[in-house]
Amino acid sequence: MIWNEKYECMSRKELEELQLGRLKAIVRKVYDRVPFYHDSFDDAGVKPDDIKSLSDIKRLPFISKKDLRDNYPFKLFAEPMNDIVRLHSSSGTTGKPVVVGYTKNDIETWAELMARSLMCAGANSKDIIQNAYGYGLFTGGLGIHYGGERMGATVIPASGGNTKRQVMMLQDFGTTVLTCTPSYSLYIAEVAEEMGIDIKKLPLRVGVFGAEPWSDNMRTDIESKLSIDAMDIYGLTEVIGPGVSMECNQKNGLHIFEDHFIAEIIDPDTGEQLPYGETGELVFTSLTKEAFPIIRFRTRDITSLNPEPCKCGRTIARMRRVSGRTDDMLIIRGVNVFPSQIESVLMQVEGVEPHYEIVVERKGNLDEIELKVEVTERLFSDEIRKLEAVQKKIQDEIESVIGISIKVTLVEPKTIERSEGKAKRVKDLRPKE
Amino acid sequence: MKVKQISIFLENKSGRLAQVTQVLSENGINLRALSLADTADFGILRIIVNDADKAVKVLKDADYTFGETDVVAVEVPDKPGGLASILSALWEAGLGVEYMYAFVKSSGANAVMIFRFEDTDKAVNVLKKNNIRLLTGDEVYNI
Repeated sequence: MIWNEKYECMSRKELEELQLGRLKAIVRKVYDRVPFYHDSFDDAGVKPDDIKSLSDIKRLPFISKKDLRDNYPFKLFAEPMNDIVRLHSSSGTTGKPVVVGYTKNDIETWAELMARSLMCAGANSKDIIQNAYGYGLFTGGLGIHYGGERMGATVIPASGGNTKRQVMMLQDFGTTVLTCTPSYSLYIAEVAEEMGIDIKKLPLRVGVFGAEPWSDNMRTDIESKLSIDAMDIYGLTEVIGPGVSMECNQKNGLHIFEDHFIAEIIDPDTGEQLPYGETGELVFTSLTKEAFPIIRFRTRDITSLNPEPCKCGRTIARMRRVSGRTDDMLIIRGVNVFPSQIESVLMQVEGVEPHYEIVVERKGNLDEIELKVEVTERLFSDEIRKLEAVQKKIQDEIESVIGISIKVTLVEPKTIERSEGKAKRVKDLRPKE
Repeated sequence: MKVKQISIFLENKSGRLAQVTQVLSENGINLRALSLADTADFGILRIIVNDADKAVKVLKDADYTFGETDVVAVEVPDKPGGLASILSALWEAGLGVEYMYAFVKSSGANAVMIFRFEDTDKAVNVLKKNNIRLLTGDEVYNI
């Protein structure tokens, strides 16, 4: 089912006309109201009136995560505080957080986008949604919450953590849709098993998972362990929160709600716009947000765009599942490695559980990667050489994909930390420059 | 004629062996035989206990990764050439030994060795044909 056919299924031509009108208005607004944009447009020698077609967007300068931090907390707001009804913020693990504001209309827009997303994932008004994203400054919790209510579903504001209670609610409340990070869904499944509850037999049928990169192989694993459809949702606090794009039943890319956002792909080194189909860094411009408009925000997420109409009926473009954020990329001995590549290979090895940790260290002048993998009963053997063969197999397959050799260490079960929110898979112990 | 052995995965770091034996002892489980095989990173502790079913439950509750394997307990004459004669009987029958270790206690005047074979059933037949005495599970658990 499609929540808003008018906007999700409109012709490309109609959509582009709508986008252009909205783009002109938002560029004019930020130029007049936000000093940062005024200065950066002037520096780039571009005026709002120069935007005559959608391709003119290329003339506008980018805004980076650093620019957002430098304008902490409210300097990029385009509406007076009096009209701002809510604040959210990024985690700020690497310095000052980014604070975003919403007007009443922004909250409405966000709820609409999340209702579209949930329906795109296969949910409907009859569903009971257990929302295990954290409630608070993080956009995940309230974003899903408002969207679920807008759609008319029953929303359980479970928030993250207290996993035994999550399992109890899955069972007692008859939850049909679970929303959380993909890693947390696996932890919930593990706890259910410990509690002697067969999670596959529960009414749960759809998972809406996001907020951390995950691979298609991890999807397969989650789907078989929980007996559900595991759907990928994408969003960023800086752009609006969850609900920027969502996978449909084709599981072949995430539909971007293009009536509200313009997506571009650029070459991360030159900043040049790349054509459809090519892989590069994803850049977003918001078209309708009032309090915190954002023009050409560099997400550092790597993907590609596909504008072809989808079998699900939607005509809005799809972005390929994000294979990694440039922030997450590790440079090991000069080679670019995404943790998701390692995960993808690991999940293909028979008997491996998706609990792993990547440790990067510098030994002498050499970077070394150690991959810790939990030994499950299915991997285990009473013979050393068979266990060593498993180790070697993982090592060889990963080397064949990423091109560098790594050390695989088998560790005891449940020794790798479980996460209730975003999983921390990588420990980079190398000295900071 | 088969004896149940439990093998436990342990990371090669200090205290792990102490912890697992502690868990077993707290639950009144008695070790009859054990051997430890290790690499730089990990080890496998192989044990034979008085109550395998209980040990399995205890280990599961304590989140260990382990497996159950059938092994054979062979009585070995406690004299020069005692073990050699058994091994040559196996070798002549073309049977490979995966690993073996000695039992802590003896059976009367004889030593006891634990064997892990690729093909346990075939090995049992060969040993019997050569009049080599095997201990039953119950004998081993209660020795």
